[in-house]
Amino acid sequence: MERWTWRSTSPEETLALGRWLGERAQAGDVFLMEGDLGAGKTLMTKGIALGLGIDPEQVTSPSFTLMQVHHGRLPLYHMDLYRLERAADVEALGLEEFLEGDGVAVVEWAARLPEGLRPEEGLVVRLDVVDEQVRAVELVARGRRMEGLLGQLAMGEGVQQGPDDEQRKE
Amino acid sequence: MAGLARDGLILGIETSCDETGAAVVAGGTRLLSNVVASQVEIHRRFGGVVPEIASRRHVETLLPVVRQALDQAGLALSDLDAVAVTQGPGLVGALLVGIAGAKALAYGAGLPLVAVNHIEGHIYANRLDFPELEPPFLCLIASGGHTELLEVVDWGVYRRLGKTRDDAAGEAIDKIGRAMGLAYPAGAELDRLAREGDPEAFSFPRALREGFDFSFSGLKTAALTLWRQLQDREEVPLADFAASFQEAVVGVLAEKTLAAAREVGAQAIAVAGGVAANSRLRQLLSEGAAALGVPFYVPRPAFCTDNGAMIAAAGYVRWQRGERAGLDLNAVPNLSLDG
Repeated sequence: MERWTWRSTSPEETLALGRWLGERAQAGDVFLMEGDLGAGKTLMTKGIALGLGIDPEQVTSPSFTLMQVHHGRLPLYHMDLYRLERAADVEALGLEEFLEGDGVAVVEWAARLPEGLRPEEGLVVRLDVVDEQVRAVELVARGRRMEGLLGQLAMGEGVQQGPDDEQRKE
Repeated sequence: MAGLARDGLILGIETSCDETGAAVVAGGTRLLSNVVASQVEIHRRFGGVVPEIASRRHVETLLPVVRQALDQAGLALSDLDAVAVTQGPGLVGALLVGIAGAKALAYGAGLPLVAVNHIEGHIYANRLDFPELEPPFLCLIASGGHTELLEVVDWGVYRRLGKTRDDAAGEAIDKIGRAMGLAYPAGAELDRLAREGDPEAFSFPRALREGFDFSFSGLKTAALTLWRQLQDREEVPLADFAASFQEAVVGVLAEKTLAAAREVGAQAIAVAGGVAANSRLRQLLSEGAAALGVPFYVPRPAFCTDNGAMIAAAGYVRWQRGERAGLDLNAVPNLSLDG
């Protein structure tokens, strides 16, 4: 499955989806987060951290620091491209070593990754604000591994506070 | 220079983010020079910190800045007692430039190298303006990357009472300021604009979490939503929005700091970091400290933002305690100040 959409009706549900992904994450996995300010990118990353056995309290927005590393079942490389305006700035950061690394990479504001740096495999996580509580979630898989993961999600192995059938779409 | 040397002459080098800073401080409190090559003008063009430019600029400016700091102090490298440098937290590429430079200077002049935590540096900025400040005291550090409430039990001994769980205070201000179209850095612009507005014009969620931790993410989202709604109005109430949003951010900072001061029975309150330059935060903390009957310290704005003097001031205490870094010193981008 290449694309899966869902509606999160609370921050807790967004966190739970992140956790589901984090629990299944493997070394080299890349999560590319997209969505406006306040959509829940850092919150989703807290969920992924939880799934990796990292205290989510440790995970804060890296907009200023650009990257924060956390150590759980696997290292979590939490990056944020919010402050970067030009592709050249991203290229010069040397992020690629973390994208193909020994751990799990989460990239906030991933749309700012230049095409050349966009990993061929990974999961695009798009969050959009619907209202104060509700977020439209779209997951797009790149590569077999993430397609398989989305398949599991759709098969209803689902998130603890997961989606109901009507909300699932191809 | 022999007399001064006994005071502990420390060259402090800071390159953790925007600024290339070098300074000479005697005895941890006496400023002999402080040179900051600000990259703000360059970053203004790009609307934020551009790390690649930051690193390259640090490379270009570090040695001239160091030379100028020594010249202004009237000292040669060989007159110094140690070279102190920011080890983290910060941007790894930027930190590495300062560390490599500090190592080379220390090695070349046969001086000890001392590693300093950037956040710790912010605390010590207070000593440059207030040499009488002694622990124990409570210190709020609020900047673009950090929001921490620390009890300074002794010099070098910190107990963290609270930190942000999501966005830093300065980050929330910067992001909303940018959404408002304010010039970078947005903090100063917002402060100026807020003075003309009504802080009670709009109400925001104050997100007073239990304990002394902070959370600014919900406030950021609420402010952004309101800002977008306001665009429909014929005249966008810019100043009122700025004043109300600023009040929500610095109000929580002040409330928590004062509550913590009451709980631990703080004998003094200090504030540091870029957000400490905010005039409303200064006012709220100053009034609150006065009500508690304890002194309130805030460094001059030039010492609130990143600079080498605060690193020299912090480095002095570590140097005095015999702490030395090896030439294998490495940058630690997420260095913490626990324990």
